[in-house]
This record gives sequence, C-alpha cells and structure tokens, in this order.
Amino acid sequence: MNQQKIGSWIAIIIGTLYFVVPLIGTFEFSLRMRRGEYSLDAYRVVFADPRFQATFGYSTLMALLTIVVGVLIVVPTSYWIQLRLPKLRPLVEFITLMPLVIPAIVIVFGYLRLYNSSSILPLTASARSTDLLLVFSYVTLALPYLYRAVDTGMRAIDVRVLTEAAENLGAGWPTILFKVILPNVRVAILSGAFLTFATVIGEFTMASLLNRPAFGPYLQLIGANRAYEPSALAVIAFLVTWACMGLINVVGRGKQIKAAP
Amino acid sequence: MAFLDITDVCKNYGQQTVVQKFDLDVERGEFVSFLGPSGCGKTTTLRMVAGFEVPSAGAIRIDGKDITRLRPNQRNVGMVFQSYALFPNMTVADNVAFGLKIAKKPANEIAARVDEMLKIIKLPHLGGRFPYQLSGGQQQRVALARALAISPKVLLLDEPLSALDAKIRVSLREEIRSLQRSLGITTIYVTHDQEEALSMSDRIVVMNEGRVEQIGTPFEIYNNPKTRFVASFVGTLNLLKGKVVDPAAGKIVIDGQEVVASKRITHLQAGEACTVALRPEAATLHQSELQEAAKIASSFAKESGPRNRMLGTIEEVSFLGSVVRIRVRFQENAISLDTFNNPNATPPVRGSQVTVTFGREDLLVLEGAEG
Repeated sequence: MNQQKIGSWIAIIIGTLYFVVPLIGTFEFSLRMRRGEYSLDAYRVVFADPRFQATFGYSTLMALLTIVVGVLIVVPTSYWIQLRLPKLRPLVEFITLMPLVIPAIVIVFGYLRLYNSSSILPLTASARSTDLLLVFSYVTLALPYLYRAVDTGMRAIDVRVLTEAAENLGAGWPTILFKVILPNVRVAILSGAFLTFATVIGEFTMASLLNRPAFGPYLQLIGANRAYEPSALAVIAFLVTWACMGLINVVGRGKQIKAAP
Repeated sequence: MAFLDITDVCKNYGQQTVVQKFDLDVERGEFVSFLGPSGCGKTTTLRMVAGFEVPSAGAIRIDGKDITRLRPNQRNVGMVFQSYALFPNMTVADNVAFGLKIAKKPANEIAARVDEMLKIIKLPHLGGRFPYQLSGGQQQRVALARALAISPKVLLLDEPLSALDAKIRVSLREEIRSLQRSLGITTIYVTHDQEEALSMSDRIVVMNEGRVEQIGTPFEIYNNPKTRFVASFVGTLNLLKGKVVDPAAGKIVIDGQEVVASKRITHLQAGEACTVALRPEAATLHQSELQEAAKIASSFAKESGPRNRMLGTIEEVSFLGSVVRIRVRFQENAISLDTFNNPNATPPVRGSQVTVTFGREDLLVLEGAEG
C-alpha cells in the first residue's frame, strides 16, 4: 500500500471516528436508564409520552405541508426559469440561497414584526394562521435544498424540447406539467422532499419563537429536564434523518439503473 | 392557393434580424427542404411554422387558414426534433398514443392507430419498451410515428438525422422519403446536409444569413446555382482565379492557360480578374505524357464538341472507397476531381503530370473577382 493510500485511509478513519464515536456514546448512554444493565427504557418512556406523539405528529404534518407548498412554488418556478427566463437563473439562485445566509432567528423576528396581531395581515393572531406562517417559514428554510434538487432534475432532462414536443401534439400547460415534466423530475422532487422533511422535523428556532408545539422545542424541553430520554430522542432524530437520506439514495439509484442504456 | 403559404415572414430578436422576407408556397404533398449553414434562419423559419416562434412580420397559412398567431397546440402540425424528444417516462406505444389521447380519441381507435404506426415504422414488437431501451435510429422512427399518428396537415422535421451515424442516416432518409410519398403528407425538412436535401426533396430552399438565396428542384439548385453562395454551398465546387481575355468570346486565362466559357462574359471587361467555378464531376483526368496531351484534347474536340484542357500536376490522391478524389495543381490554382475506383487500373501517382479536360458549358464565370 503506498503512502498516499495510507494517508487517505487515516483521514477516513479519523473522519468516521469523529462522527461515529459521539453517536455511539449517545446511543450507549440512552440504554443506561436502568441501573446496572442496558435496556430500552428511555425509548419506551419517550414513545409512551403523549407530548412526543403530539409534537412528532405535528412536525410531520408541518413537514408534509411544507413539501406540498414548496413543490407547488419551486417546480413551476424552476420549470419557467429553464424554459423561458434563463437569464433570471442567477437572481433566483441568489434568492433561494438567502435562507442559508440569514439566520432563522432573524427571519422569524421579521415575520413577527410583519405579521403580528396588529398588522394588516395578522397571521400570528390565531393558532391556525400561525401554523400557516410556520409552514411558509419552513418553505423559506427548505428553499435552498428543494430548489437545487428540482433545478438539477430539470437540467437533466431537456425541458424545452419535451415541452415543445408535447405542445406540438396538442397538449396544454396542465397536461405538459403533470404528464410530461413532473413524472420526469419525480426523483429530483422526492430528493428535495426528503431533504425538506429532514430539515423541518427537528427545526427549533422558528417553531419555538412562533410558540408552536413542534418536535424541535419538545427535544429542547426534554433535554433540559431529563437525563436519558434526550439521548434516546437524539438517536431517534438521527434515525429519521438517515432514513430520509437512505430513501434519497434508493430512489436515486433506481433512476440510474432505469436510465442506463 | 398553395397548401402551405409563407408570405413575407420576418423574425427579429431586438436589433438582430434572423429571417428576412421569407416567401414560400408549398403544394399539398410536396417535400421541401430548407438547406443552409448553421445560423442561416432555417430552423427559426420551421419553428415559426410550428408556432414556437412568432413572426415579427408576415403571415403563415395552411390550407387557406391563417395560423400566424395560433398556439402550437392548435395548429395540427407534426414535428420531429433533432434530439428525438421522446417522453422518457412513457413506453413507445404511450409516446405514439400521446397526441391521440390529448385529442380524446376512443381507446380502441387509439390502440388501432398505435399498432398501425408501429407497423409503418417497422417496430411493431417494441411498443412496450421505454425510449432508453432503443437505439438512436429506433428512437427517431418512434418520434416520426408519434408526429404522424395525429394525422397532421404538415410534417416538420428539424435535422432529424443529424444525431445518427452515417449508415443509419442514409437508410432512414430513404424510409422517411418513401413514407412521406406513401402518405402524401406535405413536409418541410430542415438540414445542413446538402446530400440529404438533394436526395430527398422535391424542392430545396437554400438559405444564408436569414435570406432565401434560391428556391428550386435539386437539379436546378445543383446545376444552375443563382448565387455564388448556392454554387459554393451545394456540392463541392472548384473556384479558380483568372483574367478575362475576350469577354465576348468567353475567353479567360487561368495560370497562363486559356480556357473558354460557353456564355459570353457580360459583367467584366478584358483584363479584369475573374473567378470561375467548376464542379469536380465535370472535369476528366487523363494520365498521359505531356506530348500526348495535345492529341487527347483534339480527339475530345472531335468526339464531344470543343472542350477546355489544362495541364497540371497531381498534388494529392485521396482514396474514398468507390471514389478516388484527386487534386491537380496548375500554378496558383488547383482543382479537385473525382474518378471511380478501378481495381484493374494503376492508381494515379502524386507528382505525375496530367491533362484535365472539361466542357465549356461547365465553366461558370462568377460575378466579382474574389472567390
């Protein structure tokens, strides 16, 4: 084995240890709830907690709504940029990257000033309208991931020619979008959706400052008051995220096999 | 009135004019090719007929109906794209059926039509495959079937064969032409390949820099080019620089050797520089010694009327299979000419002195001095 290979292996091992050791430590700690032996008691307690079910269910619902709203905004935008307004691409890319640059706390304070109960659009006046605001704020947060995933998918197919071919055969815009374009960027949309889900499910800042019963604030609350349950919750959150990443890979690989000549 | 009538159509992008005053009448069932180099406006014109571009001026009529401002999905015009443009998520059969489903045809009618189209393109067994499972030639046939399935009034083909390899290109162009003839469908075919245009078309529209240079049958375009561009773009053309000696008699001197054109030269005076054009197939090569050259020339004069002759040296010999392309240099000028490969004859040798003969009527004196 030459020196370069040894160096690469050492880098990989150090990197892996850096990520894996804390996870193993957290997992191991989450099993120590029963004194003197390993058990899944912490997980049992977490799953039995009605607040866990409520907050996890709430965040899942918010994530799904975020995906729906995000897809409805991002897919037509990306399609139109690709088809008719390619010159606007840099501007749209800049806008979609803004949530990565501006901290979530700044965005949410902006929302609170803009949509408070005495504003002309008082979205924080009721719980349901605040939920709506939370969904929109999650859409903003997920924009960099969702837009990039969808845009990459759009670039992989010849959107312009497929649109023209469909139009030439008599199709109108709804048919073109739903029967020709969407099925061909399905994998990209799913990738974006999983990334959105993983981002939203554990989000803390926006949910907390908008005072919504989401999974992120629940994680924080448990972490401040309990010993073993936060570790169990951290492992659960990691598993959810990994499941999303795994699904992206599975779906992506399926597409690659299909695309092979 | 013509079936497809394109009248004074122009297309501008800002200050840039890409198509100017395009006028064309296409009869029902006619096969017309738009031929020209990249950027000459041929595809833009085709896209205006399809409805993907809106003309800046002028009108387009199909069967008497003005379609200039109609959306592409309201024109009933079939189009085959260079990149096939098959829908990757649909099978071959679904691709062919797409336009029929949009038109809300009954299911049994759609199935019958798809079967019919797949038989026509000789792929009846591949209806269940996806586009990525087909070769380029098969994909383009499916694209053709899809465009024809909706029974369009006009079929538009935008360089449909340019992504295919040479052998498939030749066989597919024959198939397209025979299919077009059997269906009697009015067809516009865009290509930059002169061989394709010459072999397939009833008429050719030669375009350059957004203008129509000439419209004519392949025979007219090749043998009687109206402009210098058409003469140089269509076919291989030898351009020779010379000097006018006697305009009335059509006499010109090229590299010190006198040749005669069949027509009198009206646009140039004696002593003025000129450029003459000669097709490779119009010239004949004689591999004889210098002293015999004069005899050959005189014998040709007796056999087939007066012919020009020029003495030169073989500069290059390119073996192209059935044809051998030979480049003969005089002094400043050189010409390329093609001879059939004869396995029993001695191949021409570089550096040997030869006589090139050609008819007076084959010499085309171009306007202006520069070639």
